[in-house]
Amino acid sequence: MLREHADEAKVLAGGQSLVPMMSLRLASFGHLVDLNRVTGLDEITRSNGHVRVGALVRQSVAEHDPTVGTDVPMLARALPHIGHFQIRNRGTVGGSIAHADPASELPAVVCALDAILEASSADGSRDIAAADFFESTWQTALADDEILTAVRFPVWSGRSGFAVEEVTRRHGDFAICGAVCGVQRSGDSVTRAAIALFGVGATPIRARAAEAALVAAGAGADLAAIGQEAAAGLEPGDDLHASGAYRRTVGAVVVRRALSRALEEAGS
Amino acid sequence: MIDSIDSIDGSSAIDAVRVGFSVNGRARHVTCEPRKLLSDVLRDDLGLTGTHVGCEHGACGACTILLDGAAVRSCLLFAAQIEGCTITTVEGIADPDGGLSTVQQAMQDNHGLQCGFCTPGIVVSLTAYLRDHAEPSDEQIRDALSGNLCRCTGYHGIVNAARQAAGRPARPTHEGDDQS
Repeated sequence: MLREHADEAKVLAGGQSLVPMMSLRLASFGHLVDLNRVTGLDEITRSNGHVRVGALVRQSVAEHDPTVGTDVPMLARALPHIGHFQIRNRGTVGGSIAHADPASELPAVVCALDAILEASSADGSRDIAAADFFESTWQTALADDEILTAVRFPVWSGRSGFAVEEVTRRHGDFAICGAVCGVQRSGDSVTRAAIALFGVGATPIRARAAEAALVAAGAGADLAAIGQEAAAGLEPGDDLHASGAYRRTVGAVVVRRALSRALEEAGS
Repeated sequence: MIDSIDSIDGSSAIDAVRVGFSVNGRARHVTCEPRKLLSDVLRDDLGLTGTHVGCEHGACGACTILLDGAAVRSCLLFAAQIEGCTITTVEGIADPDGGLSTVQQAMQDNHGLQCGFCTPGIVVSLTAYLRDHAEPSDEQIRDALSGNLCRCTGYHGIVNAARQAAGRPARPTHEGDDQS
């Protein structure tokens, strides 16, 4: 059906973003293809250093899943920031990622952890790297006839810490700006760092220079400076909720706060 | 099963779908356009007008129902999606003898409603939340209520009702209790 109708058709998962957009007449489609009765897309499995989350796993299920909580803490901690519990009861992990709203949390988690996106079409399946997946606001590397079927999140070993920080007008609102951070420590040295920001561009933005600066400086790094480094290249736009300059300022702050908490967790 | 019915302007036929599901313990069948929202089917086709439609885009929470036990927005579901599912609306929350449920009684006792428009969504949401969280803190209660907008009460009465329904004193017992 997706192939036949191309951009006249849209895949419907939880519908917690798509249906509001249709209700507000921001989007309309000739055909909706409902995935909710497709079997096998709602499983969480652990294998080969990854936790594989089926695209139709409800956000509330992933939020309380012990495997996700233990092995992908960044994902578990990002999920409660999505909407409200009634939204997460229906919203799906894969839907949030495939929807690719630049202000949403899960795409940033995907980018920070270099997760692997599994896509399928009538022709077969392929893996897409996180760095290649998000193209622009609501635009991904998925072809018109492809669906996202699962996401493989790498499991970090060793002494790791993770934190999610965001600034919103009210809990559950779209984030004005947020950051997800992961660090791995060996004593006072930082052996691995991952920082991604959301709400500050058309896609989640990985702060690789800031990650390198943190690894070089170790756990005693000047986190305010690392935050400034992460926000330095951002060019967020102005909108009703915040100016671009405010978003850039907040970006540096949320990175500092998230790194502080992640380093503390990894050091304990 | 697919029927053909006329669209509103009569210009073209739209395929209707027949959907069977359970509402408040009773098996129901509805024939409707695939585009019709569950909230509209509950109100228009089944006469269950306890489910209120406020914003129609998932923000206000007035239309919250239980779908297979989980609190969800009925305005973000198409009726065509719920074949075989079990729905509970606010009409199904009351005790079987018609008496108020624990949450409903607590809302009445604590002035948890004024105009009452948001109340069905709040009763359904709190019923599900307190089922899954036996001893919620004030912070958890407020977080749980964050998905339901009320423009009358200022929420204090609703938080007190949630406290009472959870088996705690409805009123704060000392100054440390959250009243922000």
